[in-house]
Amino acid sequence: MFEDLSRKLDTVLKRLRGQGKVSEANVAETLREVRRVLLDADVNYKVARQFMDDVLRRAVGQEVLQSITPGQLIVKIIYDELVQLLGTSHVGITFSPLPPTVIMVAGLQGSGKTTFCAKLALHLMAQGHFPLLAAADVHRPAAIDQLEVLGRQNGLNVFTKRGADAVTVAREAVEHARLGARDVVIVDTAGRLHVDEVMMQEAEAIKAAVQPHEILFVVDAMTGQDAVTTAQAFHTRLHYDGAVLTKMDGDARGGAAISLRATVGVPIKFIGTGEKPDALERFHPDRLASRILGLGDIVSLVEKAQTQFNEEKAVALEQKIRKSQFTLEDFLDQLLEVKKMGPLQQVLGMLPGANRLPANAEVDESALVRIEAMIRSMTTEERRKPQIINGTRRRRIALGSGCTVQDVNKLLKQYEQMQRMMKTLGKGGRMDRMARGMRIHS
Amino acid sequence: MGILDKIGIGRLREGLSRTRSGLLSAVTRIITGGQRIDEQMLENLEDTLIAADVGAGTAADIMQALRDRSHTAMSADASALLPMLKEEIGKRLAAATVSAVEPFSLPATRPYVIMVVGINGVGKTTTIGKLAYRFTAQGHRVMIAAADTFRAAANEQLEIWAKRAGAEIIQQKQGADPAAVAFDAVSAAAARGIDVVIIDTAGRLHTRTNLMEELRKIHRVVGKHTPAAPHEVLLVIDASTGQNGLQQAKQFGATASVTGLVLTKLDGTAKGGIVLAIARELGYPVRYIGVGERLEDLQQFDPQQFVEAMFEA
Repeated sequence: MFEDLSRKLDTVLKRLRGQGKVSEANVAETLREVRRVLLDADVNYKVARQFMDDVLRRAVGQEVLQSITPGQLIVKIIYDELVQLLGTSHVGITFSPLPPTVIMVAGLQGSGKTTFCAKLALHLMAQGHFPLLAAADVHRPAAIDQLEVLGRQNGLNVFTKRGADAVTVAREAVEHARLGARDVVIVDTAGRLHVDEVMMQEAEAIKAAVQPHEILFVVDAMTGQDAVTTAQAFHTRLHYDGAVLTKMDGDARGGAAISLRATVGVPIKFIGTGEKPDALERFHPDRLASRILGLGDIVSLVEKAQTQFNEEKAVALEQKIRKSQFTLEDFLDQLLEVKKMGPLQQVLGMLPGANRLPANAEVDESALVRIEAMIRSMTTEERRKPQIINGTRRRRIALGSGCTVQDVNKLLKQYEQMQRMMKTLGKGGRMDRMARGMRIHS
Repeated sequence: MGILDKIGIGRLREGLSRTRSGLLSAVTRIITGGQRIDEQMLENLEDTLIAADVGAGTAADIMQALRDRSHTAMSADASALLPMLKEEIGKRLAAATVSAVEPFSLPATRPYVIMVVGINGVGKTTTIGKLAYRFTAQGHRVMIAAADTFRAAANEQLEIWAKRAGAEIIQQKQGADPAAVAFDAVSAAAARGIDVVIIDTAGRLHTRTNLMEELRKIHRVVGKHTPAAPHEVLLVIDASTGQNGLQQAKQFGATASVTGLVLTKLDGTAKGGIVLAIARELGYPVRYIGVGERLEDLQQFDPQQFVEAMFEA
């Protein structure tokens, strides 16, 4: 079974937590294991060594030895160092005071540049910008088609000029944006190897021609030790302003991010979290660090819940649960609230301890869709008093929702079990504390 | 095939020379003749292996073997280390030489079906173009099944490669059922007397269970038309991939019954050491390596040559 960085750190630190005091010897031993964990996460070996040195220097000080809970302190030190390595704050795109702002996107083949360009355009559009995509990858077969299709599917403006060289496409796209009142131009360039002299010269020429206000280097989260070499080589030639970490929805824990930060020092500005055009997130160093350490991305979850979850409804729901009056109608409400927070897979990933789930555990979103359909096929009376749902009603609900009677039976059974569970919780048990905790966060 | 091989091997040397020069300088820096073996030297050697993406586990394993062997020879001449290191790496790659089918050769089965899988952006489509070219150059009739119905303009890209390679192509519109495309291609190939069918699949992360199940379905549906098909399932891995490559191999292996690997983008500075870890843990043979963007830039993987190229003086 897959073991990721946070899970391994968990094991290592659990061992530490069990011990009373931390000695220099067992810190060193633990840190050797942590270094191994970092290497397995594709952190460059030189970076990992530097990192361990820093942690060791801080850990073997007085503070740890005199501390009552040394384990926690070490977690804190490792976390702080990780956050520091990853950069301390989120940095956005630099916009030019004189539009159009030109953003150039570069990277190796297959790192996900074209997909990222479309995502970035959508992201900027949601912020009220009017982006134009420039199809300056004139080398890869059908790269222009790909950008055009993405543009058509997502309502994005794409500038193409078949047969022209990349520099011309980029230059004319900027001109086109100026005339067409587009305030951002995103230049999608061809993937290139950093050792390909001709192609690197082309990238430099594009940069010289359009003078981008922002150059972004796209790097695959699964990249290994070579990330340092390529990041440095591209930086030497292009002096990019920020990096984008793609394919973060896989199980690679982004050791490349640590390597990149440590060697080039530019901020990581975005992370790609899926193939869908809206799967782009801002990079938050603290969140990635806590995810790496298995502390869960609690901040993100609370933030999402805050914007989406209706406080009043939550209080009302709590009341109902207490009085065991939780009906199928409430269940549907609850379901819709969770749905608003985004794909369940993502929500789950943010929960602490989610890394302890089997790596391939996937939430069946379609089950929720079926449940919603079934409840929606019930009358108001049925939702409030599920006990009246007899055989005839079950058949009708199944027919109306496109499910089978067995599905309806299953749903009712689950509802019954849930109600029984809530009765026990309602008696001032864990639910009470959970509800209180929810309010403290929000 | 003679002429092709000549072009090919020159290109391979050219591609691998970057890999070679990188490691070579590191190793020669570590092992200079006449020096005695010490712990620092071994540690530096381990770093060099890790830097090549061999992985901490595999590197530790190789170093342990090296320590055991050189224990008696400790404080002996360091020049003995390099041959020992090559041998240990070669031993672990040996698993990767075992394969039923010769690279670039077609068994008698018609149509012979090859399915190509991998995560996004590793170079599946490019590999398929090159592979198709090798078969058409031998006078075989090749059909490519465009079962990547997800990515925007995947069809167009594949079409261009098919044209370059002189292969036929079967495709449907974006969003079509990939298993249906694969099935259609195999039945069309059988009807038209095509020699080899190469199935392109959409890139997918190995952690996406539902998409992995889709691969299993393609595999199963193709098998319904022609039992024993697909005869080969190639997993494409980017040479710059880190330790996650092992997970990729495990997951794709479990759902798509991978029979071999293709290691791409070896023309960069990435060393592709992850195949050592994969060979050690899963024993998948590396069938081909990609060393450039031209049609001819797909080569047969030779473990001995790979190791030699890494450390050749």
